[in-house]
Amino acid sequence: MIEPRLKVATCSLAGCFGCHMSLLDLDERLFDLAERVELDRSPLTDIKELGECDIGLIEGGVCNAENVHVLMEFRARCKTLIAIGACALNGGIPAMRNQFALKDCLEESYLRGVGLVDPQIPNDPEIPLLLAQVHPVHEVVKIDYFLPGCPPSADTIWTFVNQLLSGQPVALSYTQIHYD
Amino acid sequence: MAEPMTFAQTVRDIVRRHGGLSTRLLQILREVQDHLTWLPSEALEQVAEELGLSPDKVRGVAKFYSFLYTDPRGSYDILFSDNITDRMLGNRELLHYLCERFGIGIGETRADGVVSVGTTSCTGMCDQGPAALVNGYTLTRLDRARLDRIVELVNGRIPLEQWPREFFEVTSNIRRADILLGRHFADGAAVRAVLRRGPEAMLDELVKSGLRGQGGAGYKSAAKWMACRNAPGEVKYVVCNADEGEPGTFKDRVLMQDFADLVFEGMTLCGRVIGARQGFVYLRGEYRYLLKALRETLQRRRETGLLGEAILGDPSFNFDIDIHLGAGAYVCGEESALIESLEGKHGVPRIRPPFPTTHGYLNRPTVVNNVETFAAAAKIAVEGGEWFASRGTAESKGTKLLSLSGDCERPGIYEYPFGVTVQRVLEDCGARDAQGIQMAGPAGHTVSAKQFGRRICFEDLATGGSFMVFDRSRDILDGIRNFTQFFVHESCGFCTPCRVGTSLMRDLVTKVHTGHGTRQDLEEMRKLGRIMQVACHCGLGQTAPNPVLDSLDEFPEAYERRLRSTAYEPAFDLNAALEEARQLTGRRDPGAYLNERDLLLGAMP
Ligand SMILES: Cc1cc2nc3c(=O)[nH]c(=O)nc-3n(C[C@H](O)[C@H](O)[C@H](O)COP(=O)(O)O)c2cc1C
Ligand code: SF4
Ligand code: SF4
Ligand code: FES
Repeated sequence: MIEPRLKVATCSLAGCFGCHMSLLDLDERLFDLAERVELDRSPLTDIKELGECDIGLIEGGVCNAENVHVLMEFRARCKTLIAIGACALNGGIPAMRNQFALKDCLEESYLRGVGLVDPQIPNDPEIPLLLAQVHPVHEVVKIDYFLPGCPPSADTIWTFVNQLLSGQPVALSYTQIHYD
Repeated sequence: MAEPMTFAQTVRDIVRRHGGLSTRLLQILREVQDHLTWLPSEALEQVAEELGLSPDKVRGVAKFYSFLYTDPRGSYDILFSDNITDRMLGNRELLHYLCERFGIGIGETRADGVVSVGTTSCTGMCDQGPAALVNGYTLTRLDRARLDRIVELVNGRIPLEQWPREFFEVTSNIRRADILLGRHFADGAAVRAVLRRGPEAMLDELVKSGLRGQGGAGYKSAAKWMACRNAPGEVKYVVCNADEGEPGTFKDRVLMQDFADLVFEGMTLCGRVIGARQGFVYLRGEYRYLLKALRETLQRRRETGLLGEAILGDPSFNFDIDIHLGAGAYVCGEESALIESLEGKHGVPRIRPPFPTTHGYLNRPTVVNNVETFAAAAKIAVEGGEWFASRGTAESKGTKLLSLSGDCERPGIYEYPFGVTVQRVLEDCGARDAQGIQMAGPAGHTVSAKQFGRRICFEDLATGGSFMVFDRSRDILDGIRNFTQFFVHESCGFCTPCRVGTSLMRDLVTKVHTGHGTRQDLEEMRKLGRIMQVACHCGLGQTAPNPVLDSLDEFPEAYERRLRSTAYEPAFDLNAALEEARQLTGRRDPGAYLNERDLLLGAMP
């Protein structure tokens, strides 16, 4: 009997897609994975609407209103939600702007930057509105697992996903989650 | 700023005066800063060069201590004590008022460089607050009228020496005296007694007395002195821990102000017992105002033959005492961090063992005791061990000085035999409506009314001396949040469980305090607290979660009435976090709000 495949969704909020690249780094193991899971909404598929899922993987922190919507939707639809990578866990590189006021960031980029023509702060409703600060995902929704790394290695992701899928307790070796 | 020539000369003079010793680095930096109001790079580099240290090392030390500034500060630098008991006395309102009068924000320096205003941890004036420091000197009993005067004095550039004396008045407020504070003590009596009896008989008396360390941990003093006496090595040291950083404690301040001879005498006889020739008092930076008088007392003792070479005419009895001033770091109260700081380094706790009794100051055998412990030892030398042991309980002999503050009619110092109940103390100090107390400072215990029958002693409620009262009008969580912030500020940053854990704990408590918390967050606090208790390197981090863990059990309703009923809530106000961008872009379209409710509210005038 073929077991029903678990549904997995992924997204990148304020991240660099590096964590998704690490996921692709699973290489041939992706075939094994594909036998056990079915991808729902993810940058790797072209599904626009998130369905009911077993697992959601979040890359990146929360920097704008759209991130908030996506993250809350993932929380509402995914039974288990996992934060992957330094940006999701701590805000990471994007959160370096937290040391400055949003006003200063926008003015530096759009008003004072070198070579600007017709400088103005973009205000098109199409553009997601920025939060005053970049936040780690757990400050907005409950997160069930945190996988540190920038990005976590494919091996780490593989061990973790396998343990999770097989219902074992999650236990990663020191070198898989420490970088010293 | 001084001329370049004189600037270099000033630094050189200061370093010379300290004998070019790198162990004096912290003291040197303090003095350089007194001249320049802050420590510019050039000054640090020159100090490094004169001492033969790397500039990075000197910069590292300068950055470690709160009272050393590597950025410009005002010529008048005012720091408000920000303990919860200061807050009860209305310090925040005064802080905002003063900032407004000077036209600056908290932590800022006015553009003309004349004045800066900020906050600092408890300055040990809890019975006469709200308190502040101006250029390191204590201001007590602040109110608006005093602040108005201070604004005039600062704007008129009046030197501190010409400010009204009563602004700096520190009273002792001894409300109850027992054997330590109550009985007359003749200068030299303890030193004479140890000379007469001899070191071994003195140790016997100390064993009989059962005296335990009064700094909090309660280690048997006789065992400590004996271990140091027996440790191999010719050169040994005595260190008096007068760092008194535990918020809400001020009994060591009173001892140093009114009973300095007793303390110095305890140190001197310790020197005789363990065979040390040099002692140090590590005085917290906040007690700088005491320095001059203490140095004069030391000088007088030298002149009367109670200190220095050939004490009381005995050529084999040589002992002197030097005072080191701290610079605003609570962790330097931990004995091994204190020793690092005495050596001129930044105060990061050492790995123990080895303990200071064998590897202390400059790796030599060293006794570190609390101020009150030395004072008690001096009394024991005169009156005998049995006399002392006749007071107290089976495991806690003698008396304890309690520093009472918060919601009570008569804050101040109370000396009780060990074993006194919390209830009795509350009655004596006029705390009529207490809902709880914080015992032994933020690192101690949060005790609710149902436990007021407990006794103050090592067998039950141990304490270093802090006793802060919260009456029923208070919100316990205000206090707990203040304590978590204290630990964030004071973590030395050496180990991750503490450096990160204290911040996470503060954030969780803040989340609940501001009404964003859920049951999940309370669980998270307990989990985090348990990790910190076992994983932190020193006592600071290990005890930092105590107030949270205690109050979760003792005052669950303080947390629960603030919880959201949902399973999880964001830690901050999402809609408010978008407001700045809405203003910058001028957007009010639906996409500029997270939901319709926010949109509707946002559209309202
Ligand atoms: C973070 C921390 C701060 C401390 N602060 C003080 C202090 O201010 N004064 C003090 O006497 N002991 C303090 N201690 C305890 C000292 O490490 C040490 O146990 C004490 O000075 C020994 O003296 P005693 O045996 O006379 O109590 C502190 C300990 C820790 C972990
Ligand atoms: S954690 Fe690193 S790899 Fe992952 S999104 Fe952030 S920056 Fe990119
Ligand atoms: S527990 Fe805190 S104070 Fe102690 S060493 Fe670690 S970081 Fe420093
Ligand atoms: S100095 Fe103000 S409470 Fe301690």
